[in-house]
Amino acid sequence: MKKNNAEVAIACHNINKIYQTGDIFTQVLYNISFEIKRGEFVAITGPSGSGKSTIMHIIGALDSPSSGSYYLDGQDVSQLSDDELADIRKNKIGFVFQSFNLLKRTTVLRNVMLPLVYAEAPVENRLALASKALLAAGLEEDRWAHLSNQLSGGQMQRVAIARALVNNPAIILADEPTGNLDTKTGEIVLDTFRRLNKEEGHTIILITHEADVAKHADRIIYIKDGHLVE
Amino acid sequence: MFKDLYQETMAAITANKARSGLTILGIVIGIASVIALIAVGQGTQDSIKTSIQSIGSNLIMVMPGAQRSGGVSGGMGSAQSLTLDDAKAIGQEIDGVKAVAPEISKRYQVIFGSSNTNTSIVGTSISYQEIRSLEIDTGVFLSAEDVSAMRKVAVIGSTTRDDLFGAGFDPVGKTIKVNNINFKVVGVTKSKGGSGSNTQDDQIIIPYTVAQKYFTNNQYVGTISISAESEEMIDTVQEQVSALLLERHDKTEETTDFRIMNQADIVSAASSITETLTMLLAAIAGISLIVGGIGIMNMMLTNVTERTREIGLRKAIGAKRNDISNQFLAESISLTFLGGFIGIILGWAIAWGIAQFASLNTSVSWSSILLAFGVSAGIGIVFGYYPARRASRLNPIDALRYE
Repeated sequence: MKKNNAEVAIACHNINKIYQTGDIFTQVLYNISFEIKRGEFVAITGPSGSGKSTIMHIIGALDSPSSGSYYLDGQDVSQLSDDELADIRKNKIGFVFQSFNLLKRTTVLRNVMLPLVYAEAPVENRLALASKALLAAGLEEDRWAHLSNQLSGGQMQRVAIARALVNNPAIILADEPTGNLDTKTGEIVLDTFRRLNKEEGHTIILITHEADVAKHADRIIYIKDGHLVE
Repeated sequence: MFKDLYQETMAAITANKARSGLTILGIVIGIASVIALIAVGQGTQDSIKTSIQSIGSNLIMVMPGAQRSGGVSGGMGSAQSLTLDDAKAIGQEIDGVKAVAPEISKRYQVIFGSSNTNTSIVGTSISYQEIRSLEIDTGVFLSAEDVSAMRKVAVIGSTTRDDLFGAGFDPVGKTIKVNNINFKVVGVTKSKGGSGSNTQDDQIIIPYTVAQKYFTNNQYVGTISISAESEEMIDTVQEQVSALLLERHDKTEETTDFRIMNQADIVSAASSITETLTMLLAAIAGISLIVGGIGIMNMMLTNVTERTREIGLRKAIGAKRNDISNQFLAESISLTFLGGFIGIILGWAIAWGIAQFASLNTSVSWSSILLAFGVSAGIGIVFGYYPARRASRLNPIDALRYE
């Protein structure tokens, strides 16, 4: 793992986002600017409707800002086409979702190897990469051959974390990763993120509306009504 | 990359076996009926061709023209314009003619003892055997003396023999009654197969001199059969015969009172009918294929909707539009290909069953199999394209939120 804290993983400058529905324009983000350095563990938080999901989509290269610039890992990704954004997501971002989004009736290993299919990683390397990611995410080896729907919520989320890690992305973007878990299991998942950040140097961005969850991060970016609150 | 696609596709198809199976069934039925119906059409065409070809070798037939309003009795043929002298002239004056036989034919009730049958009586010359490639099963064919001495002898077809005497009976030497006139059976022809009006197995051949004396009382004949020396000669012989008869009858091309057909004409006329029939059958079967294709489309659309979140996830981890659309296209093409494969086997089996139990000839051709494969793959692409495109255009954010 690269451990150069001086390097910037994410740089947002004056990002605005305006949605258009028919003739109605709705502005959800106003002049958002922030930076996240490599190896940081940051929480982006705010109440529902604050615009934090929109920020998550822009950071995650799922959506583009209406204006402003966004640099991910040194590359301007604010004005790319759908397929170019797909390439960015494939190479630089690992997603962890609230509802896990694992493929049903599919083994843990195959779920973790899925990003390698799109990254066109050589078939012979895939098992090793997936095993490494599963170990890092802390899932017991005797579960690896199980089907994803045979696991508990906490185990499923660790599979999802392993899937996010497997392609060695620049950032790991976790969207309410504890939202579907009880507090105790949630703690285990958050501990996993902390360990990945501290021990392996992964850059982790946690999107959550829960203050209790957000405080696990080293730094909190607070959004309210589409504005950054310092 | 193809291995990944294959694994994904198989996983998706087997994930919902009942639904995939039922969808495939639509294609199976469509392809199987196309294969089976084309096989029936093709088989019918083949058997018609064979039976026409078995009528004779390098055969040219001259028939009277359309019936005219004046001076016509309902006798031989639809009009009376050809005479024995015409037949003799053809034999003597035209090069390339191997044999000529006049035919005077009429249907009569034929009686032997207590059994009787209605069959065609053909008065002809000894050349008839050669022209029509008849083989003798038992006894002999007509002889020149039979014709010149007007002997009341008959050569009967195998079906006629079965009807009058029973199968396997040797009727040579027996006497049959045709229109109350006694004929002595001298021979039986070998079966040529064929059915309906094509068959030469159900007829009684007698000397034309006898037919003229006892049945028609005039110089007219029904048909003149001509055998050309070779296949290449058929066209020139046909032209010369036409010119000669026009001259003899003092007619022009416009007022002609006879028709000339050769075997190739008959084969192609019959073929064009059966070809049209085959196309019709295939088109009807094709409708069920389209219905099957719509079933595929329906299933794929359901699939796309059900797997919206999965599509969202795949996009989030880096799948491009093409990756998604290829995945769904591969799925629909696999379904139709599998259906096509099973359908070909089933259609083949049905064609075989028809041949076995319905005594209809069937013939499964490679072209119809290739066609079936092509069509099933095409259906997969055509009916899979829209759902695949729809999947690939999904917005990942909306797809991930889909409930």
